[in-house]
Amino acid sequence: MSAQTDHLVKPDSAEPVEGLGALSTYIRDYVGRVRGGELGSIPAMVGLIVITVVFAVVHQGFLSAYNIEALVIQAAPIIVMAMGLVFVLLLGEIDLSAGTTGGLCSAIMAVLMIRHGASWWFGLLIGLGVGVLIGLGIGWLRARIGVPSFVITLATFLAFQGVTLILIGGQGAVTLPAGSPIIKLENSFVPLWLGWVLWALFVIGYAAVKVNDALGRQRSGLSRPPFTVIAAKVVVLAALGAAFTYEMGINRNLSANAFFNNKAEGMPWVVVLLVILFAAWHFILSRTPYGRHLYAVGGNEEASRRAGIVVSRIRISVFAICSGMAAVSGVIAASLLQSVQSNAGAGNTLLLAVGAAVIGGTSLFGGHGRVIDAVLGGLVVAVIINGMSDLIQGANSAGYEWVVTGAVLLLAAGFDAVVRRARAS
Amino acid sequence: MATHPTLELRGVDKSFGPVHVLSSVDLTALSGEVTALVGDNGAGKSTLIKCIGGIHRIDAGELVFDGTPHVVTGPRDAAQLGVEIVYQDLALADNLDIVQNMFLGREKVTGLHTLDENSMEKLARQALTSLSVRTVRSVRQRVASLSGGQRQTVAIAKSVLWQSKIVILDEPTAALGVAQTEQVLDLVRRLAEQGVAVILVSHNMNDVMKVADSIGVLFLGRMAAQVRREDVTQTQVVELITAGRSGDLGLSREESTGAAI
Repeated sequence: MSAQTDHLVKPDSAEPVEGLGALSTYIRDYVGRVRGGELGSIPAMVGLIVITVVFAVVHQGFLSAYNIEALVIQAAPIIVMAMGLVFVLLLGEIDLSAGTTGGLCSAIMAVLMIRHGASWWFGLLIGLGVGVLIGLGIGWLRARIGVPSFVITLATFLAFQGVTLILIGGQGAVTLPAGSPIIKLENSFVPLWLGWVLWALFVIGYAAVKVNDALGRQRSGLSRPPFTVIAAKVVVLAALGAAFTYEMGINRNLSANAFFNNKAEGMPWVVVLLVILFAAWHFILSRTPYGRHLYAVGGNEEASRRAGIVVSRIRISVFAICSGMAAVSGVIAASLLQSVQSNAGAGNTLLLAVGAAVIGGTSLFGGHGRVIDAVLGGLVVAVIINGMSDLIQGANSAGYEWVVTGAVLLLAAGFDAVVRRARAS
Repeated sequence: MATHPTLELRGVDKSFGPVHVLSSVDLTALSGEVTALVGDNGAGKSTLIKCIGGIHRIDAGELVFDGTPHVVTGPRDAAQLGVEIVYQDLALADNLDIVQNMFLGREKVTGLHTLDENSMEKLARQALTSLSVRTVRSVRQRVASLSGGQRQTVAIAKSVLWQSKIVILDEPTAALGVAQTEQVLDLVRRLAEQGVAVILVSHNMNDVMKVADSIGVLFLGRMAAQVRREDVTQTQVVELITAGRSGDLGLSREESTGAAI
């Protein structure tokens, strides 16, 4: 080999597997990756911690159980829509109509339930089905006809707003029937014991996956992360989950007493839905050939084509996933409001979701993004909205909120562009 | 040798409409050897390798793989026959790591149809080790962080992974510095030593004279000559490239002037 050889491949067996040596190797590798521009979730997590601390200091009730619950149910529709958008953004595409698609799907569901007497599950099924069909249509126009996704979805953004308006009609809103399971999603709570069971299952599941991965690598004779690191991750996750479950166990209805047992305690059901959706999409993105191909097409379309990947099929699929998730998001939003408004999904719904994905670390240029980005970014956005609305009172509060949200989105997109340039050089 | 050449082209013709790009081209590539394919711009090198790779269909002539003529109808067909083309622009996805790129489109899966990362990583390491590649720090680093030479290495190692019989390298050193060129040429030799028939398309005479066992010179869509490396000087090869003939070698005087035949 020539004198220019930069680094030697170290045989794994030469490195300590456990103990301080392994830990320092692991940390060094991690720092190296971060320096190389693979920031992962660090910016979003730091941002989330900073703004949470700031709001907690300036606003007393910010970390109260009542407010945390409000935060979570506000964040849920944003997070779900952002999860779908991550798929579209991975390919460097955009779906501007995700918001109005969600609105339209929830309107279809509500109208079926209220005006046509359909059962809630039938309405839900049709609503979600329409979402997926819309996505297939957008994807087909993009992949087969070659219309830029920006233009297609700008058109559908406008058109679906109109369709929703026509469906809902002059009343301005369709109210969902009280006690409907759709409403319960955001407004009813997991029993305390079940909350803790789910927490335990979640922690055990996470630990099992991590340990199983590490042992699998060891069996194959590959380097594995030290168990200290895995243990630390599990403990942190368990502690955060326990803190959340405990806080959500506090009764939030102050009028509850011995005679009226209308306590509001336990985490909202939507949290369970979020965890399931996250786990499912994360699994698909990181552990299936389909997920791998998504990243490949986002990174280098020509290379993917030469590798035998059917690019058009991948492209259509991401729009279907995005619109389907938008429909789920629309249903959650309907549950939150207990009704569907004629302007459902319009306004800044989409921008908040795109902002969430980008703040979380998903690139607008394609090829980089994970489902966790949607969760963390969605929490950041929800914290900003929630904190600001408490902080800024008065006639212009809504105006300031918009300005701050816009500024955060721009900041995140600018950050994305800078990181991308650092990666390229 | 008792066995057949790994690849033999016999009288290959290819035209695009009225334009004759290749006429009656013969080429032989033996296993364990580096066969250089040289020629001036427009001589038909790219068209020829695309014909072998199944991207273009030939109009006349035969592609003979291991003594058996085959009609190559597409890239997948060519891949089935063991042909791997490493293009100049490399076709690697920057955002994926080395292992992910090497297995792109041909991922190993477990019984549950999930990615079998561990066996892929092991096989990728083995492929790199078999080529004595020592220039990459970790097979889990992203391709974006690799130098031009390292990228070329990954692209070439892919062909080892898939046990290709014929590897066509399109200008592998065009964008590289001196030291990296050296490394890639080393790699090309080692690839041939593994019993692969390597076809090296290059403009760089130094590279060709250094690694090739046999040199095929294309001139205006005709095979001017295929010569053994030890039988010619660099000057003769350059003459073949520019004039189509050099002394007794190459095309006849009439052919080399491009006159209609």
